[in-house]
Amino acid sequence: MTKYIGVNMSSSDSRAIRGGAEGQCVRCDTLLSEEDLLETLRVCPACNYHFPVPSPERISQLADEGSWREVGSDVRSVDPLHFFDTQSYADRLTDARSELGVTEAFTGGCCLLSGHPVALGVMDFRFLGGSMGSVVGERFSRLTVRACQDRLPLVIVTASGGARMQEGILSLMQMAKTVVALEQLADEGLPSITVLTDPTTGGVLASFSTLADIILAEPGALLCFAGPRVIEQTTREKLPPDFGSAEMNLESGQVDAIVHRHELKERIQRLLALLKGGEFSTNEPFQSDTEGLPRRGGSVGQAFERVKKFAGAPRDWLLGRDESDTEAP
Amino acid sequence: MPALPGIGYSEEMNRIQRRLDVLALQEPAGEVWGTVEAARHRDRPQSLDYIEHIFTDFVELHGDRLSGDDPAIVGGLASVDDTPVVVIGQQKGRDFKERQARNFGMSGPDGYRKAQRLAVMAEKFKLPVVTLVDTPGAYPGAAAERKGQAAAIASTLRTFARLKVCTVAVIIGEGGSGGALALALCDRVYMLENSTYSVITPEGCAAILWRDVGQAGQAAEALKITAHDLLDLEVIDGVVLEPRRGAHKHHRAMARRVERQIKRGLEEVRELTPEARVRERRQKYLAMGRYSDSAVIS
Repeated sequence: MTKYIGVNMSSSDSRAIRGGAEGQCVRCDTLLSEEDLLETLRVCPACNYHFPVPSPERISQLADEGSWREVGSDVRSVDPLHFFDTQSYADRLTDARSELGVTEAFTGGCCLLSGHPVALGVMDFRFLGGSMGSVVGERFSRLTVRACQDRLPLVIVTASGGARMQEGILSLMQMAKTVVALEQLADEGLPSITVLTDPTTGGVLASFSTLADIILAEPGALLCFAGPRVIEQTTREKLPPDFGSAEMNLESGQVDAIVHRHELKERIQRLLALLKGGEFSTNEPFQSDTEGLPRRGGSVGQAFERVKKFAGAPRDWLLGRDESDTEAP
Repeated sequence: MPALPGIGYSEEMNRIQRRLDVLALQEPAGEVWGTVEAARHRDRPQSLDYIEHIFTDFVELHGDRLSGDDPAIVGGLASVDDTPVVVIGQQKGRDFKERQARNFGMSGPDGYRKAQRLAVMAEKFKLPVVTLVDTPGAYPGAAAERKGQAAAIASTLRTFARLKVCTVAVIIGEGGSGGALALALCDRVYMLENSTYSVITPEGCAAILWRDVGQAGQAAEALKITAHDLLDLEVIDGVVLEPRRGAHKHHRAMARRVERQIKRGLEEVRELTPEARVRERRQKYLAMGRYSDSAVIS
């Protein structure tokens, strides 16, 4: 618990972090083996509690087998502020990477989802509380560039405690950056779908997450800007037990639907099929496996400009040379 | 001050003020902490002071056209010299009564939606938008959450990302997290010398990372929240120096300096075509962040 920190987290959210590690459902105490959990997509068969899902697992839950091509995997954190609290940020990053086997809190890539080509981004709450720093913002933006280039819908599965405090103001700026990137996608007439999972709070909820065309949520997910503890400490309000839950958010009009994890892929597939009726896609089969960016140090900003400049041109123009440095999760 | 619509927090606010008073007694020392204190100083000029000294013909416009009028954000039409603009500012309140009425400058969804509505009007009439940022953060409360605090901040960011008109933001006091950023996605962003701009309050950061609010001074240093830090990090475009002994001692002199900076900023971005303004603003934010990319061929 001490290692994974996040902004605006309630102490009661620690259940989210313990996710199945003790072989027992954190809500109803049903005994569950790791194999059980893999089979049920980490949903408790007894009480329907949705455990947090590691990003590689989430990708394999949603992407058609063998179709995943990662985008932006080379982007890494650099500890820009040389941040040190009780431990250095650099050490926290190294520990998280080696312990979890993922390189950041956000993994993006292109894949097929029930046959539909999509740009899919997945957040991992285990990685420093899913917090959004420079790398999360950059990977998100590169994925969005890629969606614009290939005319793909963007699907993002969120899980985040908020901003990456150890990157200070640069982490706050990722809210602006991701909003701008999503605007570029919207300018291209491409759809975005976010799936908000437990927990999605702070700066991640207050930026791209709530600007998608369609916002889905998993049952029971904590979705709030300020966490229950912050609210209780600041205002001494007594909060109802379902405060910030996906269900409460549905009631107050903040999300489109709550979707059980077992039905998630099918629901996204249905939405994509319907949205395609609007002909956002070129309907070209997904086949490219190049990185989303012009190489030689090009920026996402330049890449978006190229998308605009070469709108309607054959795809080869945008993608440049074929550089197949992809990796499977 | 008459009772303002959308306000039902006075009991809470009393408690918050008592809590703040207690905390004030335990404040840590240190150079950056001096800046934090100056940025929060009670006598520091606030949005309405700058509006009074800089903008003539200010006509305040109220309400978000949806559900309320958030007194933590003031806005309206005004002119700088002879140029009409839309000005939007966060107002903490000068005396205790006003601070209570204005939620200590902590806006709710009503406030962000009011800012959006004013920005959209500015776009319609091709008026520049000037924002004055001064907030501890967005209001953390159950009612604000129910009304979509996160979505209100996000859609305000989107509104400012879309504007074709000139936009200039000045952080005049506390630039508190997403609540501040919501009004600061602009063509030019300036900070006053003793203002701060941070992803989280030093106290909040200390509570989470150090598990000890007493470490707020250390957190303030580590977070890099001063105007010069942010200029170094290329997050802001300039620092407005304060008169000797600080803005709180010289409201008028400070206002003149802020006015000059706003005019300079507006002149710079006025040169661009509307399309170029949107493009450059977006490029600026897309370039934000520091990371390594081992795949880049140099």
